Amino acid sequence: MSEVIHADHHDDADHHGSGDHGPEKGLARWLFTTNHKDIGTLYLWFSFLMLLIGGVMALIVRTELFQPGLQFVNPEFFNQMTTNHGLIMVFGAIMPAFVGLANWLVPMQVGAPDMALPRMNNLSFWILPFAFGIMISTLFMEGGGPNFGWTFYAPLSTTYAPDSVTFFIFAVHMMGASSIMGSINIIATILNMRAPGMTLMKMPMFVWTWLITAYLLLAVMPVLAGVVTMMLFDIHFNTSFFDAAGGGDPVMFQHIFWFFGHPEVYIMILPAFGVVSHILPAFSRKPLFGYDSMVYAVASIAFLSFIVWAHHMFTVGMPLAGQLFFMYATMLIAIPTGVKVFNWTATMWKGSMTFETPMLFAIAFVVLFTIGGFSGLMLAIAPVDYQYHDTYFVVAHFHYVLVPGALFSIIAAVYFWFPKWTGKMYNETMGKLHFWLSFIGVNITFFPQHFSGLAGMPRRIPDYALQFADFNMLSSVGAFIFGFSQLVFLYVIIHGIRNGKPAEGRSWEGARGLEWTLPSPAPYHSFTKPPQVRDEEVHG
Amino acid sequence: MTDRSNPQKNVQRTVRQSMLIVLGMCCFVVAMVPLYDLLCEITGLNGKTGGPYTFDPATTEPDKSRLVRVNFITNANGGMVWDFWPEKGGVRVHPGELKEVNFYVKNTTDRVMMGQAIPSLVPITATQYFHKTECFCFNQQILQPGEEMAMPMRFIVDRDLPKNVQSINLSYALFDITEAMGDVAVVGG
Repeated sequence: MSEVIHADHHDDADHHGSGDHGPEKGLARWLFTTNHKDIGTLYLWFSFLMLLIGGVMALIVRTELFQPGLQFVNPEFFNQMTTNHGLIMVFGAIMPAFVGLANWLVPMQVGAPDMALPRMNNLSFWILPFAFGIMISTLFMEGGGPNFGWTFYAPLSTTYAPDSVTFFIFAVHMMGASSIMGSINIIATILNMRAPGMTLMKMPMFVWTWLITAYLLLAVMPVLAGVVTMMLFDIHFNTSFFDAAGGGDPVMFQHIFWFFGHPEVYIMILPAFGVVSHILPAFSRKPLFGYDSMVYAVASIAFLSFIVWAHHMFTVGMPLAGQLFFMYATMLIAIPTGVKVFNWTATMWKGSMTFETPMLFAIAFVVLFTIGGFSGLMLAIAPVDYQYHDTYFVVAHFHYVLVPGALFSIIAAVYFWFPKWTGKMYNETMGKLHFWLSFIGVNITFFPQHFSGLAGMPRRIPDYALQFADFNMLSSVGAFIFGFSQLVFLYVIIHGIRNGKPAEGRSWEGARGLEWTLPSPAPYHSFTKPPQVRDEEVHG
Repeated sequence: MTDRSNPQKNVQRTVRQSMLIVLGMCCFVVAMVPLYDLLCEITGLNGKTGGPYTFDPATTEPDKSRLVRVNFITNANGGMVWDFWPEKGGVRVHPGELKEVNFYVKNTTDRVMMGQAIPSLVPITATQYFHKTECFCFNQQILQPGEEMAMPMRFIVDRDLPKNVQSINLSYALFDITEAMGDVAVVGG
């Protein structure tokens, strides 16, 4: 291990020789930073804060649903909680967390000194606190905040929306601007700043998945901005894009929204695929199985994501040909996804596996994401979707792909690269405790929702029929276990930063990739001279 | 692949290309609205029947071999308080035959109001074969307090109506557009 660090001494030498400066002191460091590591840290802490806020909202929802009847909150507030929970988790927790990971990892993994556009990087982060400040502030306004579901279907979000919807629209515009700038930055870094010798097909999987994700973001964020702008015009300027009375069509809203929305759900899962493709090989001590097919699978999933949007709206009354097309196109996605799951399994096959916390989260990802994928296949079947549509079965499906899917992969990434970021080792016992509490909590929360959904419990309701009482009580208990186990996560992180044992450069025996050739913690400025890309570090 | 001698220039080029994608998608989303309308008009997908149709009974012979049932459904949408009902629940017509049906609205409030009816037709495969020479949905209605009005609707079911369509349901949703009273304009029927 020590040879590896020494092999990079030129980097250290350069570090001391060039009169290089470390971070500024105090608040100014974080406000004006253009350093990819600082900005990555900001993104990650911001998304953790949003995870807690969105999580509290989820717990308010689950508290109300603990028993049938209305106990704690009124239905209007309940609707605001479900809506804001969704918006904050999607746009505030999952997406910024992945951008934070990209900031930390992409330059180190491609051997670049920083992101290609460091000042824009600062701007794209600092927009976010304002965007979410505006959005959360609407909850305290007269008439309340967004209450129309995270999908904000018109005319519920136009004609029947609370007055604060205008603030919501501008918040979405700001998030979109932030995402577009972040994507351009990531694309520019990956395409132009790779170390010599790192060809596209030698890039680490996380870099590949983010490159494709960034293109998806570029393609669909303008669509989101467009649809909320049309809402703005309908509300304030007497247009009738979505108002049937004026010749518009509310169904068009759903088409445009889901044309954004479906690629959006892959934006939230493709980087997760990348993360898992690093962790599984590291703890199986084997290279990733089928690297090329992994790249092509991600690209095919990204392409297919643009032609399946109407499977979210089978029940609007579309012609049979449309239903068949969207049904088969959706099922087609199972093929590249199956390739990925197969490759992950084959990576572990006959490997010398150990089960540290990141590995546990990664394995749980593969298993539970696949469960979410299968329920997705069930939902793709147009004729049966008429029964599942807008029930808790849908809630169970997308929470299985987003919580033990996207969120578990983010947690796994934090544990995996934590020693590289901080130079310290987290407490493994506490990490495992966090894993098992989360794993048990998440399944108790969401598995019963499959059954209540199949039995016909609609989503987004504060009260429900008595026969769903047991499943809901179970779900609520699980939600509290899962929610509070994230405080264990916070403890592990803070304890690790303060009291963790020093970590080696290559913190995990099986870890491969340029970032592991750097010392831990990674120096504030790394790879100021492009590193050598050696074969044993790629395809790790 | 790229020229490594000038990384700054390469980055600028990538940024320009990325901005082009963003710009292109902005244009696409603006174009989506007319494209959607066009697609619906061609295919009848959203069940909206077309605007005024010119029809000369002298040149078209009704197809006496077929009878199609046309059902009428009326509902006042959301906050609309007017009464709205058809003369009868349905009629049987021969394809190619001009038929007139009356619809009635009554302003039950004590203020002047404006309404707009929006049609929707199922099955959508019949949308292009349902023509209206006159319809109250082609324009808005302004009713005085307590006023009642009879509104004629004249239609022809096209002779080319697919053979498997035996009944057509035509629904009208009546919207309260009093707020837009200032700028009365004819919208698509």
